[in-house]
Amino acid sequence: MIYVRLTLVLALVLPSLAFSGSVAAQENPYFVAYDHNLEEPGNLEVEYFSTFGTQRAGKDFHSYWTEFEYGVNAWWTTEFYLDAQTTFHDSTVYSGFKWENRFRVLKHEHWINPVLYAEYADSNGTDKTLKEVVGHDAELDYLTSNAEARREHKREMELKLILSSNSKGWNFSENIIAEKNLSNEPWEFGYALAASRPLALKGSATRCTFCRQNFIVGAEMYGGLGDRHSFGLRETSHYLAPVAGWNLPSGWTLRVSPGFGLNDNSHKFLLRWGLSREIKGLDQLLRRLFGAKS
Amino acid sequence: MKPAIGALLVCAMLLAISQLSANSVSTRPGLNSMQFHLGGDTYAELRKAPDKAVNRPNPMENDAEAVAAGKLLFADHCSECHGDDAKGGRKGPSLRVSDVQNATPGTLFWLLTNGVVRKKMPAWSKLPEPQRWQLVRFLRSPEAVPNASRDGATKP
Repeated sequence: MIYVRLTLVLALVLPSLAFSGSVAAQENPYFVAYDHNLEEPGNLEVEYFSTFGTQRAGKDFHSYWTEFEYGVNAWWTTEFYLDAQTTFHDSTVYSGFKWENRFRVLKHEHWINPVLYAEYADSNGTDKTLKEVVGHDAELDYLTSNAEARREHKREMELKLILSSNSKGWNFSENIIAEKNLSNEPWEFGYALAASRPLALKGSATRCTFCRQNFIVGAEMYGGLGDRHSFGLRETSHYLAPVAGWNLPSGWTLRVSPGFGLNDNSHKFLLRWGLSREIKGLDQLLRRLFGAKS
Repeated sequence: MKPAIGALLVCAMLLAISQLSANSVSTRPGLNSMQFHLGGDTYAELRKAPDKAVNRPNPMENDAEAVAAGKLLFADHCSECHGDDAKGGRKGPSLRVSDVQNATPGTLFWLLTNGVVRKKMPAWSKLPEPQRWQLVRFLRSPEAVPNASRDGATKP
C-alpha cells in the first residue's frame, strides 16, 4: 500500500514545484467548517491534511487526504479530494474520492453571506477523515477492520448551507449539513460552527515570516444531528477543536488543531495538521500550454 | 492505482475548465491582447457604491506605514490580475485610470470588500479592514501611480 502514500505525497508536492507562481495566502485555519471566502479565480490550492485519532477498545488511526481547490469564478470554487488512512497494527488503504462545489449566492457582501455546497463522494467503509460528522456517527463505527470495512461501497451526496460573516477581523461560520447515501438510507444531518481571527489586523510594511498578522487562531465545534427518522442530539457525537493557521510569505499555509470529543460517542482525541500552497495563475499557465496567444 | 487515476482525472478536469474559461474572455480589437476587457463600462461598478460607503474616510490616511504595507498586499493579492504596476493585465483592468484615481477612498474600499463577483473580481472581505484600507492608501499614492503616468478616463 506504499503507492497510496507515495501518490498522495506526489500529488501534493509536484504541482507545487511545477508552478513557480505562488502567492502569500490569507487562509482560514479551519479543518471542518467552511466560510464564504472562495478561491480566487484561476488559482489552485493544493492541500494535504492529516488526522490522528484515538480509538477506545480498538486501534488508533491516521487518515490523510489531498485536496485540489480551484477557483473557476469569483462565485464558484470546485474541489477534488483523495482520501486514505492507516489503522495502526492493521493496514493502509485508499478510502475514496470526493468532488465538491461551492457557489456564492449573493453579489455583494452582507452581514451573513450564504454559500451553497454540493458534494459527491465515492468511498468505501474505511473513510476515517472525520471531515464532517453527521447523523449518528460514533466512535464505535470505526472498530471494524480495514479488510472488512473496505468491502462496503458508498456513494453519497452531501449538501451544505454555509453562512459566514466577516466582522472586525473575525470570521464566524455556521454550516448546516445534509448527507444522503444514494442507496436506500435516510438523510443524515450535522452542523459545524467556527470562529477565527488573525493575531493582528494591520498589514506589516516589510515582508516577515513571524508577523502577528500571519497567524490566525480560532475554534471549531461540529457534530451530528441524527437523521430523518430520529432528528436531534440523541446518540450523536460532538467535537470541540481549537485551530491555528500560519500563512507564510512563500505561499505555504500550515494548520494544526487538537480536537476533543465532547461525549462518550466521540473519539476522545483528534490531532489534525495540514499543509497547503496556493498557486496563482494556473489558468494562464494552462492557456499557454494550450497555445493561446499572449 | 485508483488514486493515480483520480489524480489524472482531476488534472484533466482542471485543464478543460481552464480552457473553457480562456475562451470566454473576449479581447477588444485594437487593444493590446494583454489588456483586460469585459465589454461595456469596465468601471461602472464604482458608481454603484452607496453614499454611506462613498463618504467613509480612510482611517489609515495618516498611518506612516500604510503605503508600504499596501504595496506588499497589492503584490500578494492584486498584481496577478491588475499587473505589477497596476496598468492592467489579461484578467483585470488598469487601476491608473482617472475613474479609479478620482474615486473616494470609501468607494475603493467598498469595491474591494464586495468585489465584482459576476465579472471575476473576488470579494476581499477576508482581508481584515485595516489591510483593505492600506490597499486603498497604496492605490491612491504616488508610489502606485506616479502623476506623470496617470492614464485618462475610459469611455463606456
